[in-house]
Amino acid sequence: MADKMHIKLTVNGTEEEFLAEPRELLIYTLRERLNITGPHIGCETSHCGACTVTIDGKSVKSCTMFAVQASGKDITTIEGLGTPDALHPLQEAFKEHHGLQCGYCTPGMITRAAKLLEENPNPTEEDVRFGIAGNLCRCTGYQNIVKSILAAAATMNADASSSSDAIGQTKVEAAE
Amino acid sequence: MHNTKYHKAGSAADAASLLSGADDGTVLAGGQTLIPTMKARLAAPSDLVDVSCASDMRGISVSGNTVTIGAAMTHAEVAGSSEVRAICPAICDLASNIGDPAVRNRGTLGGSVANNDPAADYPAAMLALGATIKTNTRDIAADDFFTGMFDTALDEGEIITSVSFTAPSKGAYAKFPNPASRYAMCGVFVASTDAGVRVAVTGAGSDGVFRAGDMEAALGSDFSASALDGATVDAGDMLSDLHGDGVYRANLVKVMAKRAVTAAG
Repeated sequence: MADKMHIKLTVNGTEEEFLAEPRELLIYTLRERLNITGPHIGCETSHCGACTVTIDGKSVKSCTMFAVQASGKDITTIEGLGTPDALHPLQEAFKEHHGLQCGYCTPGMITRAAKLLEENPNPTEEDVRFGIAGNLCRCTGYQNIVKSILAAAATMNADASSSSDAIGQTKVEAAE
Repeated sequence: MHNTKYHKAGSAADAASLLSGADDGTVLAGGQTLIPTMKARLAAPSDLVDVSCASDMRGISVSGNTVTIGAAMTHAEVAGSSEVRAICPAICDLASNIGDPAVRNRGTLGGSVANNDPAADYPAAMLALGATIKTNTRDIAADDFFTGMFDTALDEGEIITSVSFTAPSKGAYAKFPNPASRYAMCGVFVASTDAGVRVAVTGAGSDGVFRAGDMEAALGSDFSASALDGATVDAGDMLSDLHGDGVYRANLVKVMAKRAVTAAG
């Protein structure tokens, strides 16, 4: 029996500490040990992207990483983006534009799309399709997913510019 | 998956000593091939030696025309290196089209080269650029390194630490990806180097990456796509599977080679 490893992770802002065998995959840590069931197990062969999470600011397929490799790192799952009462703009856009049917790929799709929009806040349709190439959807034909991501980008950019206007306004008022 | 032990190496020397102390250890870098292989029980190493943070296997340096890339650098890091892009954009473009974004955040150059998957992209670049594969014990020329499908000149316990190459005056990589796996069904890297034009092909050959001698000769006297009109590769030496037969792949080699030459300008 191989020795268990002492693993420490931060998941959606909460520190977690536990002992696990080296072969424990991160997706199982999240779902079965920590009861964070947003990331899904789809293919378990790193093709489908249903298990996509963000680790230290980068999209990663959590079925193709051992929990021990993530020790000391900061992980964000779909649970860390928005809440039922205050949806993330991507969640709102997926709802508005029918970006999901069965919903199985959606947590991975949105977690990946959130990183994509951070890396490129003004993507073209081609950028979006290239950026979500590792996330498969068997329902929608991607059309409405792409539409949702582009709509979320527009909303987020409008919010950013109105909040920077607001900051500008405050500065003007302060100057006056 | 069978159980295993896990060790994190701080340096290549540290990794080598951890490997030598293991019954049947293996190097873990990004794990994008090794972990799926372990899940399928096609590999069951007694020990995993994680080199992803080995300090002397990280980093990129460009000195004059010489580019050195640490073996533990991820595809995303190579794709995003402005230093490398300035002198050899072809390798950044190649790295930016491996797998998908999440795979590129984990998979490493050293892992790809050491695995020598017959459809991997980096082996074509290493061979066409005439790269030197540096290990913890020696330097190996790319021409001697790739010894057949999934086979390399690496000895038991030998670890790739970096690769280095001279930036070509012209170079480009053209890939025809399998639409499902995004692995190359044919990828051709063309480089105009000090030692002449070199053309390396991945994804198509039945024994892994290879150099296309006829094409190198044709491009040596005339570096243009049309110079390849009469050049061929032997369909009998190509992979033949459900994705495409040997004749189809032989034709793809020519088409991708022409596209690479055109892109190299």
